[in-house]
Amino acid sequence: MAESVSEKVIAIIAEQAVLEPSDVALDSTLEDLGIDSLGLVESIFAIEEAFDIQVPFNANEPDAGDFDISSVASIVREVERLISAQSAS
Amino acid sequence: MRRVVITGRGTINALGQDVPATLEAMREGRCGIGPLELRDVERLSVRIGAQVKGYDPEALFNRQQISLYDRFTQFTMIAARQALDEAGLTFAGDLAARSGVVLGTAGGGVNTWDENYRSVYEEGKNRVHPFVVPKLMNNAAASHVSMEWNLKGPSFSVATACASSNHAMGLAFQLIRGGGADVMVTGGSEAMLSFGGVKAWEGLRVMSKDACRPFSANRNGMVQGEGAAVFVFEEREQAMARGATILAEVVGFAMTSDAADIVMPSQQGAARAITGALRDARLDPSEIGYINAHGTGTAANDKVECAAVAHAFGHHADALMISSTKSMHGHLIGGTGAVELLACIMALRDGVIAPTIGYEEPDPECALDVVPNMAREAQVDAVLSNAFAFGGLNAVLVLRKAP
Repeated sequence: MAESVSEKVIAIIAEQAVLEPSDVALDSTLEDLGIDSLGLVESIFAIEEAFDIQVPFNANEPDAGDFDISSVASIVREVERLISAQSAS
Repeated sequence: MRRVVITGRGTINALGQDVPATLEAMREGRCGIGPLELRDVERLSVRIGAQVKGYDPEALFNRQQISLYDRFTQFTMIAARQALDEAGLTFAGDLAARSGVVLGTAGGGVNTWDENYRSVYEEGKNRVHPFVVPKLMNNAAASHVSMEWNLKGPSFSVATACASSNHAMGLAFQLIRGGGADVMVTGGSEAMLSFGGVKAWEGLRVMSKDACRPFSANRNGMVQGEGAAVFVFEEREQAMARGATILAEVVGFAMTSDAADIVMPSQQGAARAITGALRDARLDPSEIGYINAHGTGTAANDKVECAAVAHAFGHHADALMISSTKSMHGHLIGGTGAVELLACIMALRDGVIAPTIGYEEPDPECALDVVPNMAREAQVDAVLSNAFAFGGLNAVLVLRKAP
């Protein structure tokens, strides 16, 4: 069975944080996991490549609201939203 | 001690194709940023830049020169010719042997790389033009200047990303002050507005898609520019003896390394460079009237730079003016400090402080006098030019009014 969106996102974040996927909780923040601004930009690139989507993210305005990065769960939610928006269009 | 003065300047950039046009645009607070015109622009997500438009290299260079001059070299040659004309110098004999060129560029012949990669990867060709290497190399511009004007002393290129020009001009200053040369042609050039050049910057997600608004709370990133500025730095006694017009004096320079992060700037590294440059100039911080900021319009730079200025200048930080002319001519990467030095000379010579345009909302973390939107008349005797590069390499110059 194919990996879920959540499993794929967690795998990307775990790789960036050099952790096992089992150590990445959905309520963790990127800061909790030790991911800095450069790590975040790299994770977003990996997410775009994995799901073939465009993530609206500007490192100058990380909290701008177009893409909620406040926790692992919020990132999963945003990726699911972008995937469904893409398949709808 | 030997002193160093500036006796010539030249430029081509999005604001103008010479110094008078560029200074007029800075005085008027005109913006040189607009829609990018380049091949495959529709595949870019960032589609604005400060591009040199209405430019026809065929009208300025012959066929042989064009086959050897990448766009960044063309820009350099145009700016160098203006600078040497203004200085009124020709080079022969001992003077030629005591004169050199040091120029900054981060990318060198980016368009040449881009075009030839396309030809071998995209178009599948197995043959490239024989001059690809001498055209794309970073030192091509410095070498062509040395050949065109017979400069036989120390010549080289400097690549320290966004601080390249300031490092180059600082080294030119030190070479003359230390006795290694009497005249140095110096400054920098960049021509990175090609599909590959912009695409690479896009990846970092620090680029604005609409405007460059340094120090403004609603800023959202940097905007790339292109062009060159070149100056003639000359030993002061020699310049005075030949009756040259002295545009300004270069009095101090310092460089520091953050030794910390490959992209995030450091307040401490920036402040150490500012303080070091003032010490080198033997000036008290209170003597500085204007700073041409690095001011990229990114969240990371602007906050750190303002904090570094506040730290280095103490109370005087509230009395001085600091503007980012990148809001008008964009970020010329390795050429940026050179174009920005024109604003420093204008402040000293003409008493006009170039504005930070696009300023819309105050940011409490950048609570300095950023000369918002309108140029200002003010008499200043000494000015600073900041450059803080990716890789944590900082270079700060101090200029004083012509003696």
